[in-house]
Amino acid sequence: MTTPTIGTADLPFPGLAGVPTNDGPQNRKEYTSDQEVRWCPGCGDYAVLSAVQSFLPELGLRRENIVFISGIGCSSRFPYYLDTYGMHSIHGRAPAIATGIATAREDLSVWVVTGDGDALSIGGNHLIHAKRRNVNLKILLFNNRIYGLTKGQYSPTSEPGKVTKSTPVGSVDFPFNPVSLALGAEATFVARTIDSDRKHLTQVLSAAAAHRGTALVEIYQNCPIFNDGAFDAINNPDTKADAIIPLNQGEPITFGVDGSKGIVRAAGGGVEVVDTADVAPETLLVHDAQNPDPTTAFALSRLTDAGILHQSPIGIFRQVERPTYDDQARAQIKTASEGLDDPMAALANLINGGDTWTIL
Amino acid sequence: MAKQVQQLDRVIIRFAGDSGDGMQLTGDRFTQESAAFGNDLVTFPNFPAEIRAPQGTLPGVSSFQVHFADHDILTAGDAPDVLVAMNPAALKANLADMKPGTAIIVDSHDFNARNLTKAGYEANPLEDGSLAEYVVTVLDLTGMTVEGVKEFGLSRKDAARAKNMFALGLLSWMYGRPTETTIAFLEKRFAKVADIRDANIKAFKTGWNFGETTEAFMVQYEVKPAPMSAGTYRNIAGNLALAYGLVAGGVASGLPIFLGTYPITPASDVLHELSKHKRFGITTFQAEDEIAGVGAALGAAFSGSLGITSTSGPGIALKSETIGLAVMTELPLIIIDVQRGGPSTGLPTKTEQADLLQAMFGRNGEAPVPIIAPQSPGDCFDAAVEATRIAVTYRTPVMLLSDGYLANGSEPWRIPELSELPRIEPNFATEHNHETRSKPDKDGVVSVASDFWPYLRDEETLARPWAIPGTPGLEHRIGGLEKGNGHGNISYDPANHDFMVRTRQAKVDRIADSLPPLEVDDPSAIDGAGARVLVLGWGSTYGPIGAACRRVRKAGGSVAQVHLRHLNPFPKDLGDILKRYDAVMIPEMNLGQLSLLIRAKYLVDVVGYNQVNGMPLKAAELAEAISDLISTTTGDLDAARPSDTSKEPVK
Ligand code: SF4
Repeated sequence: MTTPTIGTADLPFPGLAGVPTNDGPQNRKEYTSDQEVRWCPGCGDYAVLSAVQSFLPELGLRRENIVFISGIGCSSRFPYYLDTYGMHSIHGRAPAIATGIATAREDLSVWVVTGDGDALSIGGNHLIHAKRRNVNLKILLFNNRIYGLTKGQYSPTSEPGKVTKSTPVGSVDFPFNPVSLALGAEATFVARTIDSDRKHLTQVLSAAAAHRGTALVEIYQNCPIFNDGAFDAINNPDTKADAIIPLNQGEPITFGVDGSKGIVRAAGGGVEVVDTADVAPETLLVHDAQNPDPTTAFALSRLTDAGILHQSPIGIFRQVERPTYDDQARAQIKTASEGLDDPMAALANLINGGDTWTIL
Repeated sequence: MAKQVQQLDRVIIRFAGDSGDGMQLTGDRFTQESAAFGNDLVTFPNFPAEIRAPQGTLPGVSSFQVHFADHDILTAGDAPDVLVAMNPAALKANLADMKPGTAIIVDSHDFNARNLTKAGYEANPLEDGSLAEYVVTVLDLTGMTVEGVKEFGLSRKDAARAKNMFALGLLSWMYGRPTETTIAFLEKRFAKVADIRDANIKAFKTGWNFGETTEAFMVQYEVKPAPMSAGTYRNIAGNLALAYGLVAGGVASGLPIFLGTYPITPASDVLHELSKHKRFGITTFQAEDEIAGVGAALGAAFSGSLGITSTSGPGIALKSETIGLAVMTELPLIIIDVQRGGPSTGLPTKTEQADLLQAMFGRNGEAPVPIIAPQSPGDCFDAAVEATRIAVTYRTPVMLLSDGYLANGSEPWRIPELSELPRIEPNFATEHNHETRSKPDKDGVVSVASDFWPYLRDEETLARPWAIPGTPGLEHRIGGLEKGNGHGNISYDPANHDFMVRTRQAKVDRIADSLPPLEVDDPSAIDGAGARVLVLGWGSTYGPIGAACRRVRKAGGSVAQVHLRHLNPFPKDLGDILKRYDAVMIPEMNLGQLSLLIRAKYLVDVVGYNQVNGMPLKAAELAEAISDLISTTTGDLDAARPSDTSKEPVK
């Protein structure tokens, strides 16, 4: 392979090109390990696990060619519950470990499971560098806006002023917006979905799998023990219509009851929420995740509150093509090793290079 | 003019100048010429951490010492016979190492008020008589170079740059070095800039011709080739040999290499070299930091590559947690620490052996890691192959401790026959290895299902199976949480944890079963009672310790030498060997780290000889210390002592 397989449009899943497919149908049972799931009752992680266990068989891949790598935190127990290859590694380092796997092996579908503390705090460096390199990894970032496993400290996505065990009079940290961060880090696929919306979650996971390169999927995940209700606005049937701003490719962005609200370009260069009744329909922003320029995607990402969540765009913000690190690294090796059929002889040549002399 | 030719058995030359003067290149070329001539040699490059420290100052001085001989030698020499000083700072910085009567060749061009002040001289040492006890030759090397290359129309600055080649030409004449390799080298190096190429070649030849015609030098010296055992040789530096050894480890095991690393002095050359050899299926990943470097290497190891990470002491500190994960997941991983002066940023370009305890204990929990150390630049090749053997065979991270002296120093290396390489068998798991029997059902029938247990061990090595993704039926999960014995699922059971901790230690201890017996070097034991004092060392101190032992023996003393390649586990016969001697000395470039381990494990009251000045040990001083120990041990206070303190004797 001399050129990366990016853009091979005839493949239904270019993101999975090179990964062997399975002969017959698979079911979720095959993907369920024999380990007892140990999250708290009501934890949003259950819904995501269940969605993934149902979604993986649909990919039609050989199960032994799927690898899940996680860091540390509640969500990072995920690999134990899937009957694929997996590693529950150390805090924050999953993207680095997965980069090694994805680069060494074209024939594996590599997934990272991480949380807001794992990915954005201790592992922030690895996360941004994986995205800029565009390694063929799918990163599922479970954002519950709290540290669960260590029993309830504020996280790098907690709202300012958050009162927790470690911030008894309120946090003075300003949070990251994981989507804004990903866009700033040159990510080629950035999406947000919700633990409670199985259909949307599955759609986003499919799109991520189909993407060749790093896909960052932020999943709003409720932690009923330490941060219950953090996403109430988007889960509550009474408020949800006004809280969820759906991003659908090629469609004007509208939300609210009966599409009463919409997004238009703002004078300052960003975007703003308007009442659709007040504007001409053609001024509504038409969503285009494939725009090579990330400016509008970034502007959309800013609609999410830094504080208590009232509204947030949900869907795929950005989906563009760029050669992946791993494809290019493998291509260099392939080109260099053409015609090397006797490594031992090549090694002998190598070590006998330079100025040599022989003593009889 | 007929010149006299004088025979010498060995010479130590130090080229010293500003870091922009090309002294490393000059020394390296002289070394290659000497290697091509057939001398045995050892080199010691010494340069500042700054790429271009302020010109003309003491911190900006860079030097290259080469020791060449007509016999087998072990060190770059304690003190030079000849110093070539290209400016006042180079003279000042190196004069303390010169013994009275030795030769100094000075380029007088920069001995002006400005540069003398920069070097901290109040008066011009070439004129105030302060160099009276040396044999000083003052030459305007720069002026002669500029004059010699004027036909090429270079700027004065570019013309003056070729002065290092003039100096090289002069020294090459003086010691009868072959010139072809240097001319060929210059042709290739400056192939794209014809005038610079021609000027450098002309400067080199002019320097040679100057030596032949000038009356400043009436004697030419000859150092005959050294007898060496049959074979094909090349001169090699430690980092290059290390990189070649890793390539060889990949070929011998049939595994693709994945190097995950981050640039750091003095280890970066390993990355540079391996990145050139993609054709062997080698991936080099320059990560965002040290942690990602080792993380990616471990990920690659999980997926079936030979995972390697290379760094120096500060990088090891950052990688510790991931090395612990490699211990827990029991995956092969090679961790290269090219040690430098510490702690913290320390002395990035200087050598030290003070990471031994970090390699041994620098992780949380009981996390044993095998440690091996090369003893000379060429030996870095064998050490890398051995690291591969241990990592792959025992499914374990392995620490390889090189150092700055080995990394940059060079020596003639007999190129190994590849049939000498060990067979390294990855033995990937491909099948179920366990049967689970169900409880009898109501009819008393027991059903048997086969499955894969990732922590079921090989009885001999205690290694666990290496089942890589893509292998059907062996899907499994590993991680940093404690594993249940055999099945490998998470286990918090106290007895299981105790068992697993002991088993991981036992696995590393078991490596000792595969090690050859130690070699004890004691000529006095061949037809006599043998020595009562043992000198035990590890790593790059092999050369100075061996040279010191030769001095002691030459003076009539008896001393035995043992050098350790394996620091964890220790070879099985080490304890018995230690107990045979009345006294054991351990010279180290640290405050006694091997001493601590030996005392703890064998309860032997060893005597430390410790130096932490960023420089290799000096053989003459060490020989004195060994003689003192022999005297106190044998009670013979008049025991013979090595007299000549400057020369490394013939074996
Ligand atoms: S602490 Fe919160 S995030 Fe963690 S398992 Fe329990 S509910 Fe889920």
